[in-house]
Amino acid sequence: MAKVLVVTSGKGGVGKTTSTAALGAALALSGKTVVVVDFDVGLRNLDLVMGAERRVVFDLINVVQGDAKLAQALIRDKRCETLSILPASQTRDKDALTPDGVARVIDELREKFDWVICDSPAGIEKGAQLAMHHADEAVVVTNPEVSSVRDSDRIIGMLDSTTARAKAGEKINKHLLLTRYDPARAARGEMLRTDDVLEILSIPLLGIIPESEEVLRASNLGSPVTLSNPESAPARAYFDAVRRLQGETLEMSVPSEKRSLLAKWFKRRVA
Amino acid sequence: MNILSFFNKNRNSAPVARDRLQILLAHERSSVEGQSDLITKLREEIIAVIAKHVAIDKDKVQIKLDRGASVSTLEIDVEVPGLRDSGEGKKGPDSAKAQPA
Repeated sequence: MAKVLVVTSGKGGVGKTTSTAALGAALALSGKTVVVVDFDVGLRNLDLVMGAERRVVFDLINVVQGDAKLAQALIRDKRCETLSILPASQTRDKDALTPDGVARVIDELREKFDWVICDSPAGIEKGAQLAMHHADEAVVVTNPEVSSVRDSDRIIGMLDSTTARAKAGEKINKHLLLTRYDPARAARGEMLRTDDVLEILSIPLLGIIPESEEVLRASNLGSPVTLSNPESAPARAYFDAVRRLQGETLEMSVPSEKRSLLAKWFKRRVA
Repeated sequence: MNILSFFNKNRNSAPVARDRLQILLAHERSSVEGQSDLITKLREEIIAVIAKHVAIDKDKVQIKLDRGASVSTLEIDVEVPGLRDSGEGKKGPDSAKAQPA
């Protein structure tokens, strides 16, 4: 049965789009059919992070308003054929996204894909509410930093009160994804630790993504980090997260970069 | 404590962040459902009670809130011109006149 997953955070810039792309690609590599949907109307970026920006013809609003068929707006990823993207509109106003129209598109996507991953805009306004409304599961992306944790707490409250599942008295599965984590700084008491954030937000942990230069490199290249460098620390953390999302129980760890002695030596020489 | 905090000042900021968040979120969670305007209501009702008896300038009401882990304080500072007029108000001009004389 298809699952609708929202990637949300409240605060901007914490890694929602990066995580949507990385999780989507990792799920697709595991053999599932996946669509990533950009709900950030007016400020779309998922297409750019996925490297599909030059192939956008129609978008979510065209489909919601009936100007294009869903099949016309979906862009299939060139590197991974079970992965598709439904981009957001760049220009039109936000009110073009109607609750009924979104419900119709989500229903149609549920029939075509195993996973529908909705990339939420920042904030707690209409766009964020529409993105989370049909979700069965939610990934709450949080940085180990006070304003991000506070905003995540608000978003968790909204997930439990305003979504379709919440209104029907059903549970929505919430997962915490801690991003931009620096284990060394956390150990020195300079950064909130994982158990601090878990104690405050009290939702289960899906994964810890270490701060890494690979993430910027991936978005420079227009490729999810799980495709561009599957062996990198953040990519391995995302692969683990995806396995947990599918029900596996794995020991929690913060992956670090694997570097052979030779590579270290070589890097020092070059630098 | 002071010596310890002096040495740790630049390092252990994470525990401070955690404590601040815990206090803040405990309040925000309880105020999400309907209680968010509690402060507004308290202010309006307290002022209404005072206004029954004395004339007050609503712009000169100061409200301070300090949310702590176990106890919060709400401080309402009302300037009451009526009392000054009847008490100090009369003495003021008198003493002002008295000085030059």
